[in-house]
Amino acid sequence: MAADLDFQKLELLEVTRTFGRRRALNKVSMTAGAGTITALLGHNGAGKSTLLSIAATLLQPTSGSVRFGTHDGRNGGRALRSRIGMLGHDLYLYAELSAAENLRFFANIYGLGGVERRVDAALDRAGLAARRDDVVSGFSRGMRQRLALERALIHEPRLLLLDEPFTGLDESAREALRARLRAARTDGAIVLLTTHDLAAIADLPDASVSLVDGRVQ
Amino acid sequence: MNRGIAELRNRGIAEIPQFTNSAIPQSPLVRFLRAVFEVTRKDLLVEARTREILNTTIFFAISCVLVFAFGFVREGRPVQDAAAGILWIAIAFSGTLALGRGFERERQGETLRALLMAPIDRPALYVGKLLGIVILLAAVEVLVVPLVALMFQAALFSHAALMIGLLAAGTIGFSAVGTLFAAMLVRARSRDVMLPVLLYPITVPVIIAGVRGTAALLAPEADLPMARAWLSMLVFFDVVFVTLALWTFEPVMTE
Repeated sequence: MAADLDFQKLELLEVTRTFGRRRALNKVSMTAGAGTITALLGHNGAGKSTLLSIAATLLQPTSGSVRFGTHDGRNGGRALRSRIGMLGHDLYLYAELSAAENLRFFANIYGLGGVERRVDAALDRAGLAARRDDVVSGFSRGMRQRLALERALIHEPRLLLLDEPFTGLDESAREALRARLRAARTDGAIVLLTTHDLAAIADLPDASVSLVDGRVQ
Repeated sequence: MNRGIAELRNRGIAEIPQFTNSAIPQSPLVRFLRAVFEVTRKDLLVEARTREILNTTIFFAISCVLVFAFGFVREGRPVQDAAAGILWIAIAFSGTLALGRGFERERQGETLRALLMAPIDRPALYVGKLLGIVILLAAVEVLVVPLVALMFQAALFSHAALMIGLLAAGTIGFSAVGTLFAAMLVRARSRDVMLPVLLYPITVPVIIAGVRGTAALLAPEADLPMARAWLSMLVFFDVVFVTLALWTFEPVMTE
């Protein structure tokens, strides 16, 4: 069993990440606390997705450090990953599997108990209970997005990372997503989302960090 | 008190909920085996839906055997030892197709990132993918071995246990290296070209041992001690390759 590693704050301290000669992030420092939604703003190529990947422990910073409460990101390993949920621009879903099979697979991979109960609840929240056995390749973008969000939340993560979650959604789907994120915030999650669409996030964020060419402005 | 807690309290929420670990307590071995099982089952389920890899590899392997049969069977008599070489060429070529496609699927929806973020041991992910490939190649071999036996009048079933041992050990050795390289190359732009370029030189010992072991079984007087020696060699390669792959998979998958 993963050690019960919980944290109530995400801190990036002077984080720099380079890819070859290109510097994607340049001494970025920021803090996000439990029960808040922080928006990462910036144009394409500003470094938002790189920052999310570092917060997700998928990338290591070239210099600087990432702290999850009192835990260093470099040492977190499996226990830390069990506390993080991520929704990427690609939705991390298997198009050939049904909605229920996707959720069941990830619930099992996370070693969760009560898998069928969790899957049913997640499908209800996503409004996909009637389509539970349909393969994802037949879903609209909005339906996939809702399913992917529930996939990211199925293990009740403390840190929720969302990369451009409002892309391709109509207004009703955007409002449903905003409501789901408000609920996650009320539950005490640390929500970090990237967007370049200020209208989509409306009054959702408690804080925002603006990135320009890998630097905080 | 951090800013998040302050804001929760402003909204009338007294305390930050403590997030408990909702994973079922499991021993490391059970957790490892469960992750392997889930990854393999998922791969086979996806394949059962699409039959993409299976159909492609079977078609390729059968075509390969048929084309060689035209070249190496003259007046109904096959060239000596041709059957052994062609069987392993068909397995290696079709295996390369399966390996590339197996990881391409994980790249398309970026599901590989989701797997890497999951709290599973990374070697369990490797073993799960490896098992999926081995099972698919075993299905291909179920069709290809009788076809080779038929086209080349090869007595592949005379010593069935040894033949199955050679096929199993050879397939595992080839797939062990291939799964690691396919994972390494999943983000490379020229992965389709690079995979065989990297894979074949490293797996030459496996292919040679498979061919020589099979040829020993197909000789007019089956050379069983020689076949067993090559089988032992294959098992040795398997142990080395799987151990090295398990050791290197985590750093390879960490960007």
